[in-house]
Formats: sequence, structure tokens, C-alpha cells
Amino acid sequence: MLAADLAALRAGLRVGMPATKAQALVPGLIVQDADPYADAEGLERLALWALQRISPIVAADPPDGLVIDSTGADHLHGGEVTMLTSMVQRFAASGVEARAAIADSWGAAHACARFAGRPAVVIPPGESEAALRDLPIAALRLDPGIVADLHTLGFERIGELASQPRAPLALRFGPQVGRRLDQAMGIMAEPIDPIRAPDLVEVRRAFPEPIGAAETIARYTTKLVTALCEELEARGLGAKRLDLLFHRVDNTRQAIRVGTALPVRDARRLSRLLCDQIEKVDPGFGIEVMTLAATLAEPLAAKQAISSLVEEPEADVSDLVDTLANRVGEHSLYRFAPVASDVPERSVARVPALAPEDESTWHGDWPRPPRLLPRPEPIETMALLPDHPPVWFTWRGIRRRVRRADGPERLFEEWWKRDDELSAVRDYFRVEDDGGERFWIFRAGDGEDPETGSHRWYLHGIFG
Amino acid sequence: MPKPVVSSIAELRERIQRLEGGAGRARKVLPFGLPQIDRRLPGGGLALGCLHEVAGGGNGAVDGAAAALFAAGVAARTRGKVLWCVTRQDLFAPALAQAGLLPGRVIFVEAGDEKALLACMEEGLRHGGLGAVVGEVARLSMTASRRLQLAAEGSGTIGIAVRRWRRATEVADFGQPTASVTRWRVSVLPSEPLPVPGVGRPRWLLELIRCRAGESADFEVESCDAQGRIALFSEMAGGSPQTESGRRRASS
Repeated sequence: MLAADLAALRAGLRVGMPATKAQALVPGLIVQDADPYADAEGLERLALWALQRISPIVAADPPDGLVIDSTGADHLHGGEVTMLTSMVQRFAASGVEARAAIADSWGAAHACARFAGRPAVVIPPGESEAALRDLPIAALRLDPGIVADLHTLGFERIGELASQPRAPLALRFGPQVGRRLDQAMGIMAEPIDPIRAPDLVEVRRAFPEPIGAAETIARYTTKLVTALCEELEARGLGAKRLDLLFHRVDNTRQAIRVGTALPVRDARRLSRLLCDQIEKVDPGFGIEVMTLAATLAEPLAAKQAISSLVEEPEADVSDLVDTLANRVGEHSLYRFAPVASDVPERSVARVPALAPEDESTWHGDWPRPPRLLPRPEPIETMALLPDHPPVWFTWRGIRRRVRRADGPERLFEEWWKRDDELSAVRDYFRVEDDGGERFWIFRAGDGEDPETGSHRWYLHGIFG
Repeated sequence: MPKPVVSSIAELRERIQRLEGGAGRARKVLPFGLPQIDRRLPGGGLALGCLHEVAGGGNGAVDGAAAALFAAGVAARTRGKVLWCVTRQDLFAPALAQAGLLPGRVIFVEAGDEKALLACMEEGLRHGGLGAVVGEVARLSMTASRRLQLAAEGSGTIGIAVRRWRRATEVADFGQPTASVTRWRVSVLPSEPLPVPGVGRPRWLLELIRCRAGESADFEVESCDAQGRIALFSEMAGGSPQTESGRRRASS
């Protein structure tokens, strides 16, 4: 037996068991032949998927893993933790149970993903050694024979092995143990050979002398982009994601990735996006080869420009949106769109900045405050029930007398969303204090029926 | 006798404008549509292609609610998309829509810190295709504001810095000089009295604290309507319009 799913494990089957024994244990067991070639192909497909969506440097790590160099890519996904959990969730949504880890080195991440026991692990920089210490030595990617021999000698954890003198270990087991330890601790570099899609649009330039100055990199970036755009034009494509890979003389790779909201083939605009990111590249002792690939390309047909005689077109801001999105991250650039909901905090949704526009807006004439508190803050009030505004209220330690008030505006919460909103009601008032400051306050409940809410008062927004 | 004085002042103004750069470029303005205010501003309105500063008065310096509405009103009257840069998002978009700035027109940028926010604002001002760029900042140094002003001059996009501080004690920062062309302070006033109980149209005290090539003044106005226009109101119950609503102040 080479693999077993959760149901099989529950039935007491283990990997490594002879198939006949398994069939004897579970009558009517369905056994499928292992197909390592199809497995490898599937892994390759997953790697390509990750290449297009997550990071420019991705490789399959057979038999069951992917290795991703996420340096410089995590901010586009909202930070390392968010990136990792959303990745695991996306795999889960497509039926693949995945465990993931981020660490300083390939070895450490490999070990933590398989042996840390949690679906998503982020090891902070510099703490790989501490994280690895308690993991079993099987996490080190050693040959099974060596692992068994080490067990015989009494080694269980990586920490025990790491504190041993190297020479006797090397004498007995060869160089593999020391190399794997160094790779896991990040002492020895382990470059990732990134996977490439077969029909990838890619241009490459090798330098006779390594380059390092930012201006030189920028100049060659522009040349590469021009060449890539010609290639894209020949195929009728536009780039949505570009990866620029730098192969350094010390055999490590650095990458920068830029994305655009719509397919683009404009060399000036693309090189501007890439040159914006050059400061993030550490050329080290020099860069030998630069490779530029359009990882995600979509058909882009030439289109006719609107004549200025007909009407003056509204200026195109998609290039600005791309520049800003690559700088602050796609999630930090958005528009608000109306949602048909009476509950104020649910009435707005964030949509991508270049989402198709419509003229829709919010309905209703009741004034809304320009500032909405992230969550309503409780206030102390004195008010006549059931539907009078407060006479005074205290918010953040300041007592204010209510001079004028408008309301109540009764909002029913959404019973179809949650059970405790079944009969919940909010009565909103717009109140003005002596100094003219205007606030949006509400009472949870209709003032009569305790079923509808706690009858406590909250401040929800500030009017201008 | 007064005539030669007037003409020499006009000549001096012209010379100063030439020295200030932008030679030969007729600067466009965005009028408020209220002669009492537009008269106070050089060119008869808020200059396009310039940086303007707005802050709230009193507690408004921290919540920035009135200042944001005022900025939204100005941005609503421009043409094209509006870039609104914030570091923490607490704007409620329906209120902006009620001030005339429809949700389809505003692109929000949530920058991690103020440095990134200023860079985003500058990028937006340099682009030239936007109607207005609004940024909510606390600290605005001379260098940073100069960069924004130059970027705005180059493209003709109006830039509005909504000054908003975390704590009321930091508000003294508003006294520091910046390169912005005008500086406004919007404070809330008791709303329009109604014959029935209720809150009428909000009113603001709009102070023009600093204005390049102009004098400071303050106005009492009614807040933005659905097209982003502010209005002057008459104090008189009889409805006779105020003759001079802009009281003169010692320049500050």
C-alpha cells in the first residue's frame, strides 16, 4: 500500500502494508493501482496553478509537495499568514487536503509542513532552528535507511542530531546528514528550479559581465519588456502578470512580480511597473541572467479609440490603478458598491477598483454619517421609552445635552442571516448637542418588547 | 489717485505670478458658485492643479467628519475619477454619495503608513487622468506638501489634504507652514432651526485660514447638498440676504 485516505486510516489500514493484508482486514476493499506518472503530472499542474497565482518561483517537490519562494509576493496577498491560510482553503475547496508552512529555508518549511501537526504554520524569520529542534529526524529528507540507522543509535529529534560533532556522522553516513541539516537551518543555499509552463511567453538575457547597479537593471528591464511585448503582440496576447527573475552569480534567484487588472501590452507602462520594484532586488555579487515571463496572459485585441469629435472620453486610470496595486497590494485598492441591506455596516461592499461601473447608489433620504465607527460604542443615556430620543448621553467620558434630534428610523435586522437577528430591531436617531456636533446613535430594541433587543444605547457614527 | 495704485498692484501680482512659475499657463479654478466666497479666492474659486488643506475644528480635528464631507463636495464637482487615500478606513460611502460623490467614482487606497499614503497621493496627482485626489494625513511636512504641489501643478489635478490627527493634542501641528495654496478649517455649527422638532440642514463655520495671494476670511455656510454645493444662509428671519457674510479677520 502506497497511500490511504482518511476513511482507510480509520479502518486501521496503514501505508506500507501489503495489499493482501489490507484486503483481509477490510472485506470488499477497493484497491487502485498506483500511477506515479499521473501523480507527478497532477503535481505539476498544481505547481503551474501556484505559479500563476501565488509567486514567481514555484517548483514541484515530489512525491507530494510544492515548494514556493514567496519572498516579495506575500504583501500582494495580504501578509504571510493570510496568504498561507487562503492557499490551504483554496486547496480544500478543490478537494485537496493540504498542509503548508512558511520558514526561512526550503528544508525548514518542508519539515514544518509535514511534522508540525497544523494545517498552516508560519515560522518567524530567524526562528527556524528553534522550530526544528523538536521535530523527528524523519523530517530532514534523509534516505529511509539512514533514518533507521540513526534511530538504532538513539537519535530521535533533530535537535539531538544537530548538537553532535559532524565528523563522526559524516564518516559513518556520508555527507548527506550534514548537508540536509545545513539546508534546513538555512546555512547552505538550496536554489529552487522554477517550473515553466510549456507555452509561456518568456524572454531572457545573459550578461557577459555580472550587473548590479539599479540603473543598469532598469535599462535591461526596459529592453526585456520591449522584446516581450513584441512576442505578446505576435500572439495577440496581453500580460496580466509578469515575473522578472534575476539569476545571481552565487546561484540564487531573486524575483519580482507585478500584476495588472486588465491585460496590457504597453511596453512603457509595464517597464514602469517593473522598475518601481527594482529597489526590492538585492543583486548581491552581481546578476548573470535576467528572465522575464508573462506568467498570466490573456487575449488582447486591438480596439478602436473613440474619436474626440463624438465625445470626450473619460481618462483611463487603469495604469494608475496597476501602479498603486503593485505598491500597496491588490486588497488595499477598492471601490465601495451598494448592497441591498438595511443594516448600515452591511450596506457597503468592497469591489475591485476596476470592476464594471454602474450608476447605482444607496437609496433612502435619511442622512448618513461620513464616519462610521468600526463597531458601535455603548453610551449612557437618559431617554423616555418607547420612542423618544435621549435627553443627554455620555460618550467617551463627555456628557452632552441633546438639543435637537431626528428619529427614530427603525431598522430591522436580517433574520435570514443569523438566528439571533430574528426579531432584532435598531432605532436610529440623529442627535445634535449644544455645540452643534451631530451624532448617529441607536437603541437596540424597539423600546417595548425585550425580544427585540437589549434596549441599550450605542453611538454608531459621527455626522459632519 | 486710487486708479494708478490698483493698476500697479495688478502689475505686481502678474510679476509675482511669473516668478512663481507656471508661466503662460492660465490656471483654471473650481468656483463654489457663491460670489461671497469666490470673490475672496484669487481667480474666483479653488485653483485646480494645486494642493488645498482642510481640517476640522474642535473634535472635528480628530474625527474629520465635516472636513471629509467638505472635501467630498469639492471632489464631486470635478470631472473624472477620484482617488481617496486613507491609512485607516472609517468612511461611510453612503454619506459621500449623499454629498454628490457617487460610489462608482471613488477609488480608495488603504496605505499602510503616512509615507506610503503621501507616495500614493503624489502618484495620483502626477497621473493627470483623475478629477481629484484626496488624502487623509496627520503630518504634512513642507517637503512633502511641496512635492504634492509640484505634482498637482504638472497635471492640473486638484489635491486635497484632509488633515486629521489621532489625538486632540496633536492639532497644534496645523500651525506649521506647508506649500498648500489654501488652508481651510471646517467646524460644525448648530443646524438650521426648523419650525418643528428635528435636525435641519447642517451648518458649518468655514474658515479660510490661509490663501496664497489672497486674504483670510470666514463664512457661515450650509453643508453640501446632493450635488456637493455648499450654500450661504441668511441669519434674518425675514429672509433678507446677508450683505457681507465673510467677516474680515486679521491675517493668520
